[in-house]
Amino acid sequence: MFTIDPKRLDLAAEFRAQPVGIHSPELQAVLTVMRSLPLDQRYILIRRKPYQEWVLAQLTGVRNEPPRIYHDKVYSSPEEAEWAIFKLRWHHATGEELREEDLP
Amino acid sequence: MTRRLVAYPDTLSAHPGERIKFMVNALGGGDYRADIVRLRCGDLNPKGAGFKETVVDSSIAGTYKGRRQEIKAGSCAIVDDDVRLSGLSSFTLTAYIWPTTPDRDRQAIIGKWCDIQRRGFALAIDEGEATLLLGDEKGQVDRIGSGTALHARQWYFIAATFDAETGIARLIQRPLDPIVGGPIEVARLAAAGHIDGDNGVPLSMAAFLAKGLRPIARYNGKIDRPRLASAALDDAAIEALAGATVPAALRDVVFGAWDFGRDIKTDRISDRSDARLDGTLLNLPARGMKGHNWDGSSMSWVATPEQYGAIHFHEDDIYDAGWEVDFEFEIPAGLKSGIYCARLQQGEEIERVPFFVRAPKGKATADTLFLVPTCSYMAYANETSTLPSGGGEHTMGHVISYGAEDLFLWTHPEYGLSFYDTHIDGSGVCYSSRLRPILNMRPGHMTGWICAGGAPWQFNADTHITDWLEAKGIEYDVATDEDLHNEGIALLQRYKSVVTGSHPEYWSTPMHDALGAWIRDGGRFAYLGANGFYWRIGFHETLPGVIELRRSEDGVRDWEADSGEYYMSFTGEYGGLWRRNGRPPQSLVGVGFVAQGFDVSSYFEFQPDAADARAGFIMQGIDPKERLGDFGSIGGGAAGLELDWVDTKLGTPWHTLRIASSLMHSNAVMLVPEEIYSATPAMSGRDNANVRADVTFFETPGGGAVFSTGSISWASALAHNNYDNNVSRMTENVLRRFVDPKPFRMPAE
Repeated sequence: MFTIDPKRLDLAAEFRAQPVGIHSPELQAVLTVMRSLPLDQRYILIRRKPYQEWVLAQLTGVRNEPPRIYHDKVYSSPEEAEWAIFKLRWHHATGEELREEDLP
Repeated sequence: MTRRLVAYPDTLSAHPGERIKFMVNALGGGDYRADIVRLRCGDLNPKGAGFKETVVDSSIAGTYKGRRQEIKAGSCAIVDDDVRLSGLSSFTLTAYIWPTTPDRDRQAIIGKWCDIQRRGFALAIDEGEATLLLGDEKGQVDRIGSGTALHARQWYFIAATFDAETGIARLIQRPLDPIVGGPIEVARLAAAGHIDGDNGVPLSMAAFLAKGLRPIARYNGKIDRPRLASAALDDAAIEALAGATVPAALRDVVFGAWDFGRDIKTDRISDRSDARLDGTLLNLPARGMKGHNWDGSSMSWVATPEQYGAIHFHEDDIYDAGWEVDFEFEIPAGLKSGIYCARLQQGEEIERVPFFVRAPKGKATADTLFLVPTCSYMAYANETSTLPSGGGEHTMGHVISYGAEDLFLWTHPEYGLSFYDTHIDGSGVCYSSRLRPILNMRPGHMTGWICAGGAPWQFNADTHITDWLEAKGIEYDVATDEDLHNEGIALLQRYKSVVTGSHPEYWSTPMHDALGAWIRDGGRFAYLGANGFYWRIGFHETLPGVIELRRSEDGVRDWEADSGEYYMSFTGEYGGLWRRNGRPPQSLVGVGFVAQGFDVSSYFEFQPDAADARAGFIMQGIDPKERLGDFGSIGGGAAGLELDWVDTKLGTPWHTLRIASSLMHSNAVMLVPEEIYSATPAMSGRDNANVRADVTFFETPGGGAVFSTGSISWASALAHNNYDNNVSRMTENVLRRFVDPKPFRMPAE
């Protein structure tokens, strides 16, 4: 299985620049791993106001059980939320904090 | 964040002079305001076409008292109470069962059991094992379990006897496959002295019935050959009772030998015993299901009904919510054909219930018909499939978002599922009804797996088309898929031109026949979407408002029908893809499904055929050097979500012009399974040039023509730049020409 190399900050920067859309093969490999988290840890967004407000939540893995709100931060674009989730998953996968200022 | 006001109509379309009933559930009670609105566009995207509705003066406008109405989900069989049942003292019950969730709470198999009084008798699954329940008139209850857990998805023969004279009860649990385990038998003196069948409830299977016929103790799984006899039979007689027919020696004591292999197209069950205790099914459990004796020699219940004697029941089956009517709207004479909604308001809560007003019966009031793909809306009704599957993020290429409707449905499974969902036991949902609130068929609704943050899909996306028709001043009538199914080609023949929605995916045989014949008879057909004419569905012959799908063999499938269960129970037809039924979409409209992806959309480039003189009217005022549709409110392009392409092997007519093709699709836009014979790394828009949409045109005999856009996101580009753009121009060029009576001519070969 492919593992995420925490030194590849260039891939994090690529995602930061365009979270949704065409990705390089290497970034796609990173995303494929990140999106394979167990069901009870999957991140989703709750749309509080269409096209305006999204909050981050996690599925519980139990059918018909409401998702758990992850924290109360409100995102004003889905791209901003995608980046927040990317950072959480980066940490989960590599054990290292992904800091904006370290990006190339 | 949830929904507090939800409603449904008894029909989706009506002519002036006809009435539509509306049923409303105000979850918290309280008054609500009702109005009728004409809907032009349901898009809330600030960068899109904008939300546009107009209140119409109507007789129903006013304030109503809200009340709580509930849905009683769960399928079961009911045999009305009868003196032969209520008078039973000794008995034998048998059935073949294939439980799918034996570990869940108590589940009824067959019995006459009043759960409140705990009186009667029943075979059930309790604590994971076959169980006999006995309750006498003094409230003494005995539970006799097999002591051995049932395995899911294995066939068992189960039986119970009770001898009123000796008080001895017996329970048998025998797997049909010995690898599952050996037979179990428990026999002892029952604690309940005298069973009481005179308990005021009917005999039921797969559920017990509480007040108001509410199914409780709902069973998930199959039941085959349920039997009831009025004596405690010995082993040989039990064996005989479980046969296909009632043995002559047992005729006097058999009070029920139900044969589920009969009446498969209906909601009835027939008793083959002399008692003739026929019954009815509630909430449409799945029929045409393989029985305990299916041997693989036949794949069709039509050919071998005797091997399809099982019904698969689900605790989350729902057909008709059956609510009380809150108000009725009579379509006034002269009300312009189009999309309307009953708009219900209670504070900030707004529920809009769409319906489709047709032209006066037998007439057209415009040259163009917008054929509303209501079968596809029903197929997607209340879809929450990405929630149990963990979001589907791999497929979608973005994090999935959920709104109030999704969260309501997720916590209210009784509102029923879509063809994209699986039942709680993991089996596929093969029936979908519109006689319940369909919360994702609403103006303003956003589907969370379409693009980052969510976007319109199906009904709400199709309002981009009505919005554009109105912006361009193109007069149109509307009719639904169901209207086409019922009325056939005569409906289409009233119009010069027919326009589809963005994703007309689900087609019954009568619908397909009518469209195919009309196209070859000079009809002009504008297919403004993609992944259309894909799945074959069936309508029920007698029950209104419900369709069937079998996800068999091939195609993009959120579940897979079991082998041997590809034939639809409503019609007896082979279900699945039209492509696998000898009618690929290419043979009807020139293009067919090739790829899908739900992250970003792309654009088209013009192809050499764009310069062909036959395409001159399409290209009028369009620069062939421009990109076509490099814009759009869903994914940013007119080529996106689901893509269709030409394939002459699959029947694209020889003279089809490929005017434009899309390119530059993303990593998440991938070929569909039926285009891949074995796995390959070249699957996505990044590495496979076949991932593309084609814009096509061809003429038909009789002066007709077909124009296809090959893309679902096409409609989302129409309003760009105040409707002044090349996608809008091309669509308008086509639709204006399509209502011109001057015939199209087939090119010379």
